[in-house]
Amino acid sequence: MTALAKLFRATAFRMTLAILGASALGAGVILGIVAWQVIALVNDQIAQTIEAEANGLSEQYAQGGVRHLGAIIEARSREPGSALYLLTSPAGEPLAGNVLGIPPGVLNEADLVDTPYETSQPSEKGPGRRALARIYALPGGFHLLVGHDLGERARIGAVMMRALATSLIFLAGLGALGALFVARRVLARIDAMNSSTQAIMAGDLAQRLPVSGSGDELDRLALHLTAMLTRIGDLMTGLREVSDNIAHDLRTPLTRLRNHAEAALRGAGDAPAHRQALEATIEESDRIIGIFNALLMIARAEAGADRTGMKSFDLGQAARDVVELYEPAAEEKGAALSLSAAQGLMIIGNRELVGQSLANLIDNAIKYGASETAKPYEIQISVAAIAGAVELSVADHGGGVAPADRVRILDRFVRLDADRSRPGSGLGLSLAAAVAHLHGGELRVEDNAPGLRVVMRFAAESPLPQATF
Amino acid sequence: MSLMRILIIEDDRDAAAYLTKAFREAGHNVDHAGDGVTGYDMAYDGKYDVAIVDRLLPKMDGLSLVGALRAQKNDTPILILSALGQVDDRVKGLRAGGDDYLAKPYAFSELLARVEILARRRPQSLSEETSYRLGDLNLDRLSHKVTRAGLDIDLQPREFRLLEYLMQNAGKVVTRTMLLERVWDYHFDPQTNVIDVHISRLRSKIDRDFESPMLHTIRGAGYMIRDSAR
Repeated sequence: MTALAKLFRATAFRMTLAILGASALGAGVILGIVAWQVIALVNDQIAQTIEAEANGLSEQYAQGGVRHLGAIIEARSREPGSALYLLTSPAGEPLAGNVLGIPPGVLNEADLVDTPYETSQPSEKGPGRRALARIYALPGGFHLLVGHDLGERARIGAVMMRALATSLIFLAGLGALGALFVARRVLARIDAMNSSTQAIMAGDLAQRLPVSGSGDELDRLALHLTAMLTRIGDLMTGLREVSDNIAHDLRTPLTRLRNHAEAALRGAGDAPAHRQALEATIEESDRIIGIFNALLMIARAEAGADRTGMKSFDLGQAARDVVELYEPAAEEKGAALSLSAAQGLMIIGNRELVGQSLANLIDNAIKYGASETAKPYEIQISVAAIAGAVELSVADHGGGVAPADRVRILDRFVRLDADRSRPGSGLGLSLAAAVAHLHGGELRVEDNAPGLRVVMRFAAESPLPQATF
Repeated sequence: MSLMRILIIEDDRDAAAYLTKAFREAGHNVDHAGDGVTGYDMAYDGKYDVAIVDRLLPKMDGLSLVGALRAQKNDTPILILSALGQVDDRVKGLRAGGDDYLAKPYAFSELLARVEILARRRPQSLSEETSYRLGDLNLDRLSHKVTRAGLDIDLQPREFRLLEYLMQNAGKVVTRTMLLERVWDYHFDPQTNVIDVHISRLRSKIDRDFESPMLHTIRGAGYMIRDSAR
């Protein structure tokens, strides 16, 4: 596309053209109305002059008849700048006056008539003159024409036309300049946006749209698009992570699964051995399904897709249900669960996902929270309103997590080396973190000195209890 | 387990053949429909004790089928099978009129246990009864009292609900996920043996001091309460 063609296609340019057209039309209409009014005024004045002239001649006619009238007209006709006169005989022949000829039929007009005429007067204008005239019929078939040249009126019209032309040229110039300025300025920025967008479409999601810093609509658009791109980028990263995870971390259990089956097939094993191999296969595939479900759940929570399942529920009660569920199992492992939950702490969320997250955290605490000194080792679960939010925390007095690892352990499949020997998928904390994000909150991993404290923060459903009580 | 007439509406031939065979081995009568319209026609007169409906079916999808049956006042118990296992999908399935929902992939023992419990609900819901009796074990739902052989047994509220659900389905296999759903109202997979520990606690209270055990572990499936003294 050539630069000129692009300019003509630019919205700003076309808008300027439209505004320019509209203002030209406006100027034309205004000048037209003024001209029309002026001409009407001039016509009016001419008519009055003709009337006065005719009145004077009428008196002369009353004194001396047609002959005297002819003499007066001849005399007046010779005065420079005089009006136009023509006295004709009943046969229509000119008897006196400075008008040499008029089109036939004009003498029969009863009203003011706008007519071309020829004159004996020395003229600066030459032929093609027009006059505004009135015909008076005299007794005996004589006609008297009294008229006024319209040259002055034509000059006024010409002045008006010149004014219109000048203002149109001025308007056009101004508009063209404005259009050029707007189009070039806006176009330049949109061009920059377009080239960034093209880079993004080509796959460079890290590209950002240019912002001029003026805070205008284009800047806001660029900022919104940038925010949108960031979100899309996050989702893409999440998606890529999921597929990477599936590729890397499901291969191990799938390989194990295949090995079980292969070993059973290769070995000369009897029926019980085959049965055992099949049971191991089912167990392994259940584990794979579990990992798969957990990954999907994390991905969906991270994408924020599960918002439809959100409703208001009592976080304290939900926590109590999970704690009750895990309490006997914890006791069997030598852990004591204790719950402190304020009454009526409502949040809007997905009870299933929050419950699953808490189950994961408690499960972790039971596995890793064993303390050297305390038997049974204590695990404290608390639900409390803190600074406009509701926090659900699980704290143990176990080995804790080194500060360097506290962010890393939230990633999928990350398991600290010391824990490799114990069962687990490394997805529990990832899910809890994703669920906290889904609920507009966050997950913090803190030092419980000694031990680990994991806090899930949720936006509270207002009003908070301290606000009502 | 008394014989049931089961209708399986599933378009995947392999899955349908597997289910048909497995349910027949478990002693039930099975019919199969390969698409939603055929399934609707077969289920229409309500002659089945339970219908298993796949969510994605040709001609008429599973949820519409369930909705259409319910609109005809057909109250055949329906279990919806689906590859969509998210919480929302489950809620949608139950809202459409399904009685239970099971996500693929599932263990057959889980499906069998759920189907057997669904089918029994039908003639007369036992949930209205005020007390359950099984051999010398008594559970009073109003006073929340449990006795065995005339001796009071002290149960925690959650243990009471656990026993209540088991007795409500006495003689039937109840799976761990079913217990988690009915007693704790959670649908996630607890992964660990949390339910087993609850059961062994309950067992220690109702079985330990008595001669014949009632609460049995069904290997690879779940639990069952039954009067083994008879």
